[in-house]
This record gives sequence, structure tokens and C-alpha cells, in this order.
Amino acid sequence: MSAERQPNAPLSVLVTGASRYLGAHVASRLAVDPRFGRVVGLDSFDPPPELAALLESVELVRAEPGAMLDAIADIDPQVLVHLAIATTPDPHRGGRAGMKEQNIVGTMQVLAAGQRVAGLRKLVVRSSTAAYGASFRDPAVFTEDTEPRETPRGGFARDVLDIEGYVRGFRRRRPDAVVTVLRLAPLIGATADTTLTRYLAQPVIPTVFGRDPRLQFLHVDDALEVLHRAVTEDHDGTFNVAGPGVLTLSQAVRRAGRIPAPIVEPALSAAAELAGPLSVTRYGLDQVDLLVHGRVVDVTKLAKEFGFVPRSTAEAFDDFVRAHADGEVINGFQLAVAEQVILAGIRRLRATLREPS
Amino acid sequence: MSQPDGGDGDVWDQRVAAGLAFLRRRLTGQYEIDEFGFDRELTEHVFYPALRALYRNWFRAEVFGVENLPLDGAGLVVANHSGTIAVDAVVLAAILHDHHPAHRHLRLLGADLVFRLPVISELARKSGGTLACQADTERLLRGGELVGVFPEGFKGVGKRYRDRYKLQRFGRGGFVSAALTAGAPIVPVAIVGAEEIYPMLADITPLARLLRLPYFPVTPAFPWLGPLGAVPLPSKWLIEFCPPIPTAHLTDRADDPIVVLNLADQVREVIQQTLHRLLARRPGPFTR
Repeated sequence: MSAERQPNAPLSVLVTGASRYLGAHVASRLAVDPRFGRVVGLDSFDPPPELAALLESVELVRAEPGAMLDAIADIDPQVLVHLAIATTPDPHRGGRAGMKEQNIVGTMQVLAAGQRVAGLRKLVVRSSTAAYGASFRDPAVFTEDTEPRETPRGGFARDVLDIEGYVRGFRRRRPDAVVTVLRLAPLIGATADTTLTRYLAQPVIPTVFGRDPRLQFLHVDDALEVLHRAVTEDHDGTFNVAGPGVLTLSQAVRRAGRIPAPIVEPALSAAAELAGPLSVTRYGLDQVDLLVHGRVVDVTKLAKEFGFVPRSTAEAFDDFVRAHADGEVINGFQLAVAEQVILAGIRRLRATLREPS
Repeated sequence: MSQPDGGDGDVWDQRVAAGLAFLRRRLTGQYEIDEFGFDRELTEHVFYPALRALYRNWFRAEVFGVENLPLDGAGLVVANHSGTIAVDAVVLAAILHDHHPAHRHLRLLGADLVFRLPVISELARKSGGTLACQADTERLLRGGELVGVFPEGFKGVGKRYRDRYKLQRFGRGGFVSAALTAGAPIVPVAIVGAEEIYPMLADITPLARLLRLPYFPVTPAFPWLGPLGAVPLPSKWLIEFCPPIPTAHLTDRADDPIVVLNLADQVREVIQQTLHRLLARRPGPFTR
């Protein structure tokens, strides 16, 4: 089938994880791009109502995890965009077991199916900067060739390492295909809704005592832009995708006008380990590790190869703060007013003292 | 004379206004840090003033050879390490900043123990330090920074008082290959005085193992006097920056062990000789 296609005929694209925010947005944008013919969104879940309208122009295929192989063979895509990767356990989707099933088994199936599609010429995979793990012996800034020093404790980070391992295997078996792995920094912005954004939106933010991790964020719109470019242009390789610059957690908490509540690390880890299996909260060891070690990556390679630099971490965070101003406890404007009042008060006091009695 | 509501000549009014503005910037997070976590504002306004008081009034430090430091661009500052607690590193950074004509910041490299400890790790990062590893060293040098390294590591800080001013091994000379890769000049530095601040008489090895520390020091004051043992003795400090050793012609030899070890030996020899010369100039450890 694929051999008959014209070289300039519009490409068919398959986007996995179309019921998630990134997948739905990437698929809907590709659907209106004239360079692409058929755009199919594949997922084992139905999209939530807020994404349904967006997906009107996308052909949706629902397949249970076990039926992914056949579904992908039927669609016979030329470009495969694998975004069905869960970052945190979702109690509605089977908790950590369901997350692992989706991340590991799902990826294995998608890659196995893609490997067998003869006409496949490109694979784009959403990975994460969690691939670098978290260790006290880590360099301050990760470049794409930095190896993780210790196996990470968090479930998501371990999934990411496995996923990238499978992608390396795919690359070996299909040297003819362009393979782009995008290691995304934690997403943020006015519309982003992740464990980390929910954490930072609280009025009182628990932090790790004695640790002030360096954080980097990626504006969700920039993530979509990079994903779109990875599909429409050819960029073989692994790329860090993050907003340049760094904010420490304490700085982020202050910029958001929130109050930090330091907790000693062993207590936080124990709580995360207890809470994980009980699904009490979605904070796990992935989050604790980020709050202890922080994570900063080098984005030179992305800028050079994609010709695109995401907005800075500080700008992306400002966008988030503007959208979540309702949880603000300390307001920058109030502080500026207080500063002027105190200054004026001190001046008056000094003038009174200086006046000849 | 001066206007009560903030005339130009009113120093105290300016100070109060600057102090309040500083507090507001800190409380609203409106300051910049670099990718290593270096907080320039906090370092210049909080850390350096405290260290300045310490090295001027307590240690009465005298500084020589500042003209040997590069005015701009990358450089690797290599010093001897001593004193049980690495006070010499932070004091050197403050002294270099205050005495350098361009007030440059010394980016210190620390052992992983430093980054394992809560609070200490954050103080190290905020004051411009990072982990002593090849990736970070090369990244800082490529960015044109002045990097400070203590190749003796714990062998230097944790040595006994009777071994004072005897330079320990320099390891495999990783600092030299980093300098060669970047083509950055190496500036050897000799620090006299830090050996006497906490004279370590003995090391309780089992206790150190238990606490997972490289050593557990016993000084004349610690642990006997409790927190008072943390007060450094007021020794007299002399610091000399030696003439730079250029490496720009050796950039392609960074992985040649002969070149690296020879250069490491040369740096070690310069520091050792300068230490002897400075010691001869100092009448006693606790003179004015």
C-alpha cells in the first residue's frame, strides 16, 4: 500500500494518547495542516468532554491496550507520534498499575507495531527530563548525553528510562526511520493541569527542609510547538525541551505569593511511599526527588536544530501565576505599598527627631 | 543641609531605602539566579559582608599577587586546602571578589558530601559553588568564569595539625584536564593561616564511619567546649596568588596523562614553595 504512494502525497499521521491534553492538541493542529492527509488519534480511553470539541476534525480510534498492534497495522501510518505516556498515577485509569501498563506495555506495543509498518518514516516520542534521574553526584546542568548516575526512585522516572530503552531498540531495528525523542521539562502555563501545577497552586506549599531545588518549566504552548515541528520537520535525535533559565523553588513560591512549609525529607519520602499504593494523593517519590534535587537541562541542541527557543522558565511561570492569582497570600503590590509606607514613616520620624526643640 | 525627605546627601535615607527595596525583592522573588543556582545579589549583600568582617578583623588577612588573576575570561584558581572545616574556600572567594579590580566571583567546586547535606548544599549553590565534576568545571570555564578548586580535597582539610602546610596528593589531576580542555590559565594560590583555625589533634574514625563523614575531628576546643568549639582560632592569614600558568597551547593534550600529571606536579610545587616562603615571612601563627 505504502509503496504506491506519491513522494509528495500528504502523509498519514497516527497520534497515540489522543485523549490527553498534549495528544489532543497535537492531533487537532496536524488535522488542519495541509501537509498531512489522514490524522488518526488512538487511545484506549474516550477523550474527556473538554477535549472532545477540539478533536472534531480528528479521526478517533479507540483500542484496548491488547488490541493496539492490530489497530496500528490497520491505520498504516507514515508518521507515528507516541504521546500516550502518563506522568502520574490516575485513580480513574487504574492507579500506578494502570500507569505502568500504559507506559511500558503500551510503548512496547506501539513500537512493535510501528516497526512492522513498512511505510513508516518517522517516530516522535514524548519523553521527560526525568530521564536524568536524581543523584547528589549529578552535574548542575544535564546535556542530552548525560547518563543517569542512579536508578531513580520515582515510578515515572523509571518508566521514562524503560521507554527510552525501547526507543533505542526501535532505532537499531529501523535505521531508515527518523526518530525524535523529546525530553520535556515539567509543563506549566495558564492552562496546564499537572501534579506539579496543582502543587504550586496551593496557598501553602510543602517544601523539603534545607533544600531549594533549581527548577525549570516548559510552557505548554511551547511544548505543542516543538511537538508540531518535530512532526512537520525532520529532526533525528534526542532533545531537551525546557524554558531557558532557572527558578529555585523558594523563588517560585515567592513569585506566586505563596507560603512555604518546610518538612524534613525522610517524613516526606515516607508519606509519599505510603500515599502511593493507597492513592491518597498523587504526590509520589518522583515529586519528592524533584523537590530535593531539582533538575536543569541544557537546551542548546534544541535551539540549534529546531531554530526555536521556548519562552524562559520565568516567563512561563509568570503565565501560570497570573492564571492562579486566587491562591495568592502575599501580594507583590501590597509589599511595594508597605515598603513605601515604612520608608515614609522612617523619614517622618527622623525629620521629627532632627527638628530643633 | 540635607533634605529630611530623601535628599541626595542623606546617606542613611539611601541606606534605609536600599535595604527596604532589597527586602521587597527577596520577598517577591524578583531576583535572578544562574543555571548553577548562583544568587549574585544574596552573595554580594549577605555572604560577602559577613566573610569580609571575618577575614579583615578576625584573621587579619594580607593578600599578595592579585595582579596575577585574569582580568576577564576563564581561569582556574588552584589552592591548598586545610582547616578541618573548609573555611579557607569561602574566605578565598570573598577575598578574591574584594581585591580583584573587576570584583569577579570565584565559582568554588565542592565535594559531593557538601551537596548531600541539607542547608549546606543550598548555601554552596547560592554562593556560586557547584559539584566538583568534569561536566560542571568545563561548563563554568567555557562560560568564562573563574573557578576555584582544592585538589587535595578531604585529604587536605582533614589532615592532622602536625602535618600542617604539607601538601597532600593532588589525585589524578582532573582539574588540569578541565583547564586544558578550556585552554584556561591556572593560577596557583597559597593560603597560610587556615591550618591553625581548628587544629585537628586526632580523628575518631569509628564515630566518623557512624556519621558517614570523612573524619571526626578532635581539636583543643571541639568537642569539649560544645558550640564554642566552632569558633575558629584567630590565626594570621597570608594569601598569595602566583603567576598564571598558560594552557592555551595544550588544549588538544587534555587526555594525555603525562602532560596532565606533570602540570599537576608543577602547580603543586609552586603552591608548596610559596607556602614555605609565606610561612618564613609570618613570625608566628597568632601574631598581629
